[in-house]
Amino acid sequence: MEPSAMPEEEMPPSVAPSPAGCQLFGYVGIEAVLDQMKIKTMKTGFEFNIMVVGQSGLGKSTMVNTLFKSKVSRKASQPSQEERIPKTVQLQSVTHVIEEKGVKMKLTVTDTPGFGDQINNENCWDPIIKYINEQYERYLREEILITRKRKIPDTRVHGCVYFIPPTGHWLRPLDLEFMRRLSKIVNVVPVIAKADTLTLEERAEFKQQIQADLKTHAISVYPQEDFDQDPDDRVLNDRIREKIPFAVVGADQEHQVNGKRVLGRKTKWGIIEVENPAHCEFPLLRDLLIRSHLQDLKDITHNVHYESYRVRRLNESNRPALSPLNGLPGKAEGSSDL
Amino acid sequence: METKHISLTSPSMPAVLIQDFPLDFEALNLEARFLFIPFVCVVGFGIGCVFLCFFFINGLCLLLGVAPRRGFRRRRGAVAGGAGPAAGRGALPALAGAGGAGAAPAAHTHSPSPPGRAPSGTPALGSRAGRAAGTMSTGMRYKSKLVNPEEKQDHEKQYVGFATLPNQVHRKSVKKGFDFTLMVAGESGLGKSTLVNSLFLTDLYKDRKLLNAEERINQTVEIVKHTVDIEEKGVKLKLTIVDTPGFGDAVNNTECWKPITDYIDQQFEQYFRDESGLNRKNIQDNRVHCCLYFISPFGHGLRPVDVEFMKALHEKVNIVPLIAKADCLIPSEIRKLKERIREEIDKFGIKVYQFPECDSDEDEEFKQQDRELKESAPFAVIGSNTVVEAKGQRVRGRLYPWGIVEVENQAHCDFVKLRNMLIRTHMHDLKDVTCDVHYENYRAQCIQQMTSKLTQDNRIESPIPILPLPTPDTETEKLIKMKDEELRRMQEMLQKMQQQMQDQ
Repeated sequence: MEPSAMPEEEMPPSVAPSPAGCQLFGYVGIEAVLDQMKIKTMKTGFEFNIMVVGQSGLGKSTMVNTLFKSKVSRKASQPSQEERIPKTVQLQSVTHVIEEKGVKMKLTVTDTPGFGDQINNENCWDPIIKYINEQYERYLREEILITRKRKIPDTRVHGCVYFIPPTGHWLRPLDLEFMRRLSKIVNVVPVIAKADTLTLEERAEFKQQIQADLKTHAISVYPQEDFDQDPDDRVLNDRIREKIPFAVVGADQEHQVNGKRVLGRKTKWGIIEVENPAHCEFPLLRDLLIRSHLQDLKDITHNVHYESYRVRRLNESNRPALSPLNGLPGKAEGSSDL
Repeated sequence: METKHISLTSPSMPAVLIQDFPLDFEALNLEARFLFIPFVCVVGFGIGCVFLCFFFINGLCLLLGVAPRRGFRRRRGAVAGGAGPAAGRGALPALAGAGGAGAAPAAHTHSPSPPGRAPSGTPALGSRAGRAAGTMSTGMRYKSKLVNPEEKQDHEKQYVGFATLPNQVHRKSVKKGFDFTLMVAGESGLGKSTLVNSLFLTDLYKDRKLLNAEERINQTVEIVKHTVDIEEKGVKLKLTIVDTPGFGDAVNNTECWKPITDYIDQQFEQYFRDESGLNRKNIQDNRVHCCLYFISPFGHGLRPVDVEFMKALHEKVNIVPLIAKADCLIPSEIRKLKERIREEIDKFGIKVYQFPECDSDEDEEFKQQDRELKESAPFAVIGSNTVVEAKGQRVRGRLYPWGIVEVENQAHCDFVKLRNMLIRTHMHDLKDVTCDVHYENYRAQCIQQMTSKLTQDNRIESPIPILPLPTPDTETEKLIKMKDEELRRMQEMLQKMQQQMQDQ
């Protein structure tokens, strides 16, 4: 038997150097952990909450349907309703469970009709901020209970897709105000809606202008630069950051192109294929949101945004109790160490 | 005296013989006689020919029925003397043509006189030519037929001549030129500038500077005017485009249409003052004749901003609503959107510009076109000034990876309909409605307000509305006169320059 190279020196308790690497001389079976995790998560399923924000008519519901290839939007659930602009911003959530190859996902789509449609749009983002904070609050309450549930139901918004109208010039003051406020509390993914109205040159110019605007106003959209964990991630995310915001086109009708059935829009001068990377950047958005960065979105929401909310709330409740506004029933439970 | 026989053919001719040579016809030799007589005959023949020609022409004119008018002959008698030799020298067809043309306007412009006499020789011919010379200078534009004296009389009785009035008006307006003021309104980024450039095939926005981020946050609605002089086939158009950058862009857009209504009212007020003033020679018409309102294609119909804007302006200006950037919509969506917008316009009681009904005696094709025009309102337009290659042809359009949108293709968008309506068929009607309806409404309102204010102040019932006449003092009068003089001088200079250019 060979002695294992375990260090026998005393280590000071404050500093914990990374443990020295070990050489394995046989197959142990550590990697089977991955399989165990997979089986477990497949049994429990995933949760994903997405919010779509933008003026009416920008194709939000169509986009969500196209993303998940099923009728999951608010309009699909209420087909009889007319398209009327509500007087105030409302938030409507629809939940569906979709399954693919044995993996179940509980998808919640939150829609915001009435955003940016009025004449006076000041503070139209307040209802949205309130909703997001409410979800964090709910999670926080569950977390600080004495007897916690095994799996806390997660209704926090993992990603907010913001639809920019394709004016081709610049970001409007409304867009800037909204993104500035929300990028602090949630992952914001901006997209250029109805991009089939821009030629390729106009698209490139518009994107450059938007990136410049975001930089000027110090708005950090997903993927945020501060949270890149290692150089590999950084390289990958840099490539994505160059292309933000994605120019997308949504479609829910199928047409025949070259013998294949594709999702697209048929006009008199050609068919716009939604999944063709030469036509629009919908595949990139779908990959970002679902195939590659879904878990990353959830992690950042949990580790960064939720934590900063929690710190804020706890600081508030630690202040001398002259704030009747808080009105937290949790306080009465004697959580003095909070 | 002894007579010597001299023969001319003799070689020797003494010099002294010349002195003594008597000019005697009989003494002349036969050869000389042979030379002299043919010469005289030829000259005589020539003169006879000339006289024959004269009589021949006279006879011809008689045959063709050109009779001199007695009155005319009297008037042009003075010229006859001078014109006589000219007539003699003139060629035959010119004389006949001139005589004929000269007589026909005589038929138009003079009351019927007693039937003409047969011309008698040269004086009549001279007078005819003189008359022709005189009337040629009044610019004969009408081709006239040479008619018989009796027919011409009947013709004169029925024909007065004011059917040429449209031509006279046409000539005057071509000289004066037209002016047209067009306003474009809508959120930024809807393609207003591109559409204006495509409509008039110019580049009006060459030096446009886009705002940077800070300026945009505090942007307010401005009014920007561009004026351009366009000329096509001798017709001049002074086109003014009024742009409204900043409309509908801020977070809070309450009353963002106020600067626009103020501007329109200002133009009406200025015209009202000019019209009521003392010197009305050079009134500049800056009133807005048409307002193109761009509706965003991304919505499901009219937005609240759209409704409020149109309701504030539909009594002041002709509104033509357009669906902008129509290349992002498929045909079924365009149809739905147009229906939706038409419904909402009716629901909110917005009075957009209505195309006038066509007369019942127009031909079927025109009526069909008019019907199509009315059914496709509001127009779904796409603008572009860049030329792309499509199927081997160069067309104006937009190039996408999935195809090319042609701006002037009726199947792709309604740009052609809009251009025809705005420029080719309804431009004048738009101006008329502005002058007759919107301006008169404004004027009536203005006068009512003034009289009600006056009656409030003075408690006098005045039947005649008292207009706020600007009272020019002597200084401004002098200024006005100076400016008039300057204008006249400049116009003369311009004419001289034009002539010089033509001569070159």
